[in-house]
Amino acid sequence: MAIIELNNLWKEYGDQVVLERLNARVEEGEFITLVGASGCGKTTFLKMLLGTESPSRGQLLLDGAPIPDEPDESRGIVFQRYSVLPHLTALQNASLCGELDANRWLGRAFGATRKAIRARAVEMLEAVGLGGALDKYPHELSGGMQQRLALAQALIKKPRILLLDEPFGALDPGIRRDMHQLVLDLWREQRLTVFMITHDLAEGFYLGTRLWVLDKVRRDAQSPESYGARLTYDLPVGDSQKGTLQAIARNVHDTSRLLQGATP
Amino acid sequence: MKKLINRQAGPVGRWALGLLPFVILVVLYVVASDARLAANPNDKLLPDLASFVDAIQRMAFEPSKRTGEYLLWQDTLASLTRLALGVAISAAIGLVVGIATGALPLVRAGIAPLVTGLSLVPPLAVLPILFIVFGLGELAKVVLIVIGITPFLIRDLQQRAEEIPAEQVIKMQTLGANTWQIILRLVWPQVMPRLIGAVRLSLGSAWLFLIAAEAIAATDGLGYRIFLVRRYLAMDVILPYVVWITFLAFAIDFALARYSRWRYPWFHQAR
Repeated sequence: MAIIELNNLWKEYGDQVVLERLNARVEEGEFITLVGASGCGKTTFLKMLLGTESPSRGQLLLDGAPIPDEPDESRGIVFQRYSVLPHLTALQNASLCGELDANRWLGRAFGATRKAIRARAVEMLEAVGLGGALDKYPHELSGGMQQRLALAQALIKKPRILLLDEPFGALDPGIRRDMHQLVLDLWREQRLTVFMITHDLAEGFYLGTRLWVLDKVRRDAQSPESYGARLTYDLPVGDSQKGTLQAIARNVHDTSRLLQGATP
Repeated sequence: MKKLINRQAGPVGRWALGLLPFVILVVLYVVASDARLAANPNDKLLPDLASFVDAIQRMAFEPSKRTGEYLLWQDTLASLTRLALGVAISAAIGLVVGIATGALPLVRAGIAPLVTGLSLVPPLAVLPILFIVFGLGELAKVVLIVIGITPFLIRDLQQRAEEIPAEQVIKMQTLGANTWQIILRLVWPQVMPRLIGAVRLSLGSAWLFLIAAEAIAATDGLGYRIFLVRRYLAMDVILPYVVWITFLAFAIDFALARYSRWRYPWFHQAR
């Protein structure tokens, strides 16, 4: 059975159509990269997966049932910013989910449970390359290390679906490559289902197993908001035709000019 | 030579420049006091420095002839007790209500308008009511401080709690936290350093309400003493008391700032 199913999914705010007629099935363990112009609804779609936005029409199913309309532990997330808790050290951030589980009222663990949780957190932090920064606060870490911490924190909970909202958008190219490798490794190890938003087309073309392009098919320069974005491409990564990248890039570029108010 | 806007004081220069206005003020005072005392040796308005020393000696280091107590210390203890009680109660209420209204939209919808309304009531206008309801004892003075600064603390903390990025609240939920755990492990710890900041800001008002209440009905306290000796134009007591109150206010503010830096490094360094 598909883990995620989109049945004629629409998202509208009043007259403004953001997403229209999305149809797709996602199997467990797929790594989907979502690209598209900024403002065309990638983040809105991710928010629907997260449960902070709900569909206006159609269905978004998780395991065949409507997806819960608030965030919970079935879906982990890494945002571009503010993803880790600034008042906790790296180790405390990574231990947090275990502690929340351990005691419903205090959200803290004691004794042997606490030791076990910390050991697992240390292990996870070492796996993402933060073994030397256990007692550092997030503000003492670089942007790349903060995102590593955010990944570790999300993955230690073992979510069924991992959502990544431009997680590497603010990082330098070299560090970005390291992070790609890290994400791919973790995805293979934990057999996660991943949705990753990026506006770097190249990133979408080699990371993951499946590339989705969200784009407006109909562009109305007078009122760009009257038509929403659809899934214009749904490609398996690796065997796309030559020239596809250029075609996608051209379309996405046109849409972003439209959304920014220039005439295409 | 560099432009004025680009010139910085060195470490010694900064101290010297900072002290300069104080020195000028003292010199001005001494000159003015000398001039008045030369015209009229019995002038009480600007006593000379020796009478301050006498007054401090009398108030702080000699037992009072009437009660046998050391008045300055007794007044200080009485005032600080009231201040500490009032501020502690206000901070506790501010923390609980501020977090509740800041973190929970339903509570906010119910309580925020009331808090806004209450915060607009001038506290000194309800002082007579407090004296009627709570009598002239300690309680009325403490309650005046509480009424005076709690609405500000609540509103400030509510705003701080609302400012916590939505991403972090969502993150907590994806880690399996329930509402109570989000408050306990996310909102409360992040709001604590801001509570200290808000308390520091409200201490000025707290002193104001304390001294006002003591001036009207008390038998000891720093504010009581100032208003008592005013009848005798005893500037030699009033001015040292004012300096002492100022010093206490400064010391409390300094201690809170230091504590916050030490206890919440993530808050102060990240800015």
